[in-house]
Amino acid sequence: MITRASRTAFASDDMGVRSSGKPTASSYLHDGYSLWSWISSHDHKRIAILYSLSITSFFFIGAMAAGLIRMELLTPAADVVDADTYNRLFTAHGVIMVWMFLIPSIPSVFGNFALPLMIGARDLAFPRLNLLSWYLYIGGGLFTIAALLLGGVDTGWTFYTPYSSIFSNTHVILTLLGVLVVGFSSILTGLNFIVTVHTLRAPGMGWFKLPLFVWAIYATSVILVLATPVLAITLLLLAAERVFGIGLFNPALGGDPLLFQHLFWFYSHPAVYIMILPAMGVASEIIPCFARKRVFGYKFMAFAIIGIAVISFLVWGHHMFVSGQSVYASMVFSVLSFMVAVPSAIKVFNWTATLYKASITFTAPMLYALGFVILFLQGGLTGLFLASLSIDVHVTDTYFVVAHFHYIMVGGAVMAYMGAIHYWWPKITGRMYAESWARVAALIIFAGFNLTFFPQYLLGYDGMPRRYHTYPEQFQVLNILSSSGAAVLAIGYLLPIGYLLWSLRHGKPASDNPWQATGLEWTTPSPPPQHNFDQIPNGAAEPYDYIPEKGVQE
Amino acid sequence: MNTDNTACSPQAQIDARARIGMWVFLGSEIMFFGPIFFSYMYGRYEWPQAFEAASRSTDLACGTFNTAVLLTSSLAVAAALLYAENGSRVQARRALNAAVLLGLLFLLVKSYEYLQDWHEHLVPGPSFQMDGAIDLAAAQLFYFIYFFSTLLHALHLIIGIALVLYCHRYLAHEPGHGAVRRLEITGLYWHFVDMIWIFLFPALYLAGRAS
Repeated sequence: MITRASRTAFASDDMGVRSSGKPTASSYLHDGYSLWSWISSHDHKRIAILYSLSITSFFFIGAMAAGLIRMELLTPAADVVDADTYNRLFTAHGVIMVWMFLIPSIPSVFGNFALPLMIGARDLAFPRLNLLSWYLYIGGGLFTIAALLLGGVDTGWTFYTPYSSIFSNTHVILTLLGVLVVGFSSILTGLNFIVTVHTLRAPGMGWFKLPLFVWAIYATSVILVLATPVLAITLLLLAAERVFGIGLFNPALGGDPLLFQHLFWFYSHPAVYIMILPAMGVASEIIPCFARKRVFGYKFMAFAIIGIAVISFLVWGHHMFVSGQSVYASMVFSVLSFMVAVPSAIKVFNWTATLYKASITFTAPMLYALGFVILFLQGGLTGLFLASLSIDVHVTDTYFVVAHFHYIMVGGAVMAYMGAIHYWWPKITGRMYAESWARVAALIIFAGFNLTFFPQYLLGYDGMPRRYHTYPEQFQVLNILSSSGAAVLAIGYLLPIGYLLWSLRHGKPASDNPWQATGLEWTTPSPPPQHNFDQIPNGAAEPYDYIPEKGVQE
Repeated sequence: MNTDNTACSPQAQIDARARIGMWVFLGSEIMFFGPIFFSYMYGRYEWPQAFEAASRSTDLACGTFNTAVLLTSSLAVAAALLYAENGSRVQARRALNAAVLLGLLFLLVKSYEYLQDWHEHLVPGPSFQMDGAIDLAAAQLFYFIYFFSTLLHALHLIIGIALVLYCHRYLAHEPGHGAVRRLEITGLYWHFVDMIWIFLFPALYLAGRAS
């Protein structure tokens, strides 16, 4: 990948200084209709569409695995799948949702689409590298799918040694390879965003005039670039250990499985912030827009993003409180984990303060954004339970943990992803989606989500362990609630496919700025022309310069 | 980089982009090698004597020679950049030739070393043998790290050689600002590969030899 990276760095002469004129068609959507014109495009907007289609496919594959899991857990006995299949199901669900959906979701789709528009750039700094990232993502995804079709993996998404290196007889190597390749895609995407934000901001756009979404994507990119390589090499060490039977994670040779856990979580805890920081960025765009108010405490919001990104590298040990690591290490990690709550709380307070005495419109993006704040708050607060040493020992490896991280990842990241789809849909497609359907879907998702995952807090607190396909009968009622919630959630996720596709053909044509939003992406036509802006825009405007008037023209 | 971008020429902008891109990439690369050095530190702390004994069994002469070779190659790349910036294309390409040859020499010596290791049963596996080893398992882990890290380094060096060859051709066919920029970026990468070796060499060859 080094060759490619450098070569693309070399090849950027012709890309960056493309002359401004010559629009051959009215928008980027009309720039060729063949499949080839899409899969060979260097246009960040088209690559964003490629990502959104592939990511959505992976989302539904991962969701099907989750559906089967919830079906099995409807009854205490094993009636749908056996233990082995169950192990493969939750591994597939975890691997696909984490690496194929959540990590690339908002950065690769909306970072790609909106970030250059928001800073007034014509494209990312390295457009060809951007396309390469997508191919790497697809390549890695295919490895993972191949592993799934060949029979799956049963190690859990965490690949803990020595089970994954010595004992598991499933397709561990193939899956590791898939994750590794997707990792390189993440690194290149992050690199591209960092260089873009540094070098391609519109004239006059200083750092404190950047929309918070750009800050969030920037911080996410730093994590991607610095944490992902650690995972890559750790997985390579694990693969070498599995192939040659010798390695540092093998206790038989005096190696230490904890070393693997440390290295794995050094990546995988920051990875949580790769998922949630862009979601916070999306919320920070949507909430001021539909509250018609300047975001409260802009600089605090920006520094909170950086603070979260920095602290995220120092808290990984809270995943290992019961692993037998030094008790002093646990105490330090516990304190640091509490510290990450401070900037997170600043963000929640500031969103709330933005809403205070605002003229709020409850459009679909706003419903998703508010849902995000509420669910993220719950997920964050239960995170404090888990950061406390004593409570964590009680609930480790129970459904409490499962509920906690699903509140962050599904309640947080997926809600924001849905919000972003609706918020930028008019800009991306040039069409308005059906607002009433969208509101209904947002409410169904919110209700279904809580019905699915809130009972899991109670299950976990009562001691139901995760990763088992059977359970004692006293847990059945709550499990039935959770499974029925999953069915509601499935309806909520399927609805948007219907009305969004419908809107492509029958939706009302969107104006350039249907939400009366600030930000440079709304100053260009919907859908934007290939070169984004006819003239280099002026970036000197204050961000979120809203005046309290009704935002939405019905 | 927080300057007003429109004030710069397009060329300068592209230069800045390429430069930041490579530096960010190198930051990523440092983290890439991180777990290896971390594992080494862990082993050195856990089994200090076994690691020192294993380190003493590496071929110091080859390692030292290779260090000199690699440092000289970096000198050649740096010289090539200076020549290219001054428009002395012939000398620049000569210096790049030297860098490629030195890089290949490094790989040759390293391969010879691997061959020796193989004959001496130092490759981790069922036939692993080390004379005078205190802890055979720990010695094997040392050699696991040794092979993993030096192979990864060699892979980086091979990529570096390919990049230098690319710059060499570019300089011949399209001399000018673009060629100089490519050379500068390649140079950053080459020096980085060099620096990794500067840390690997004492860790793998010099540990335990002083006392």
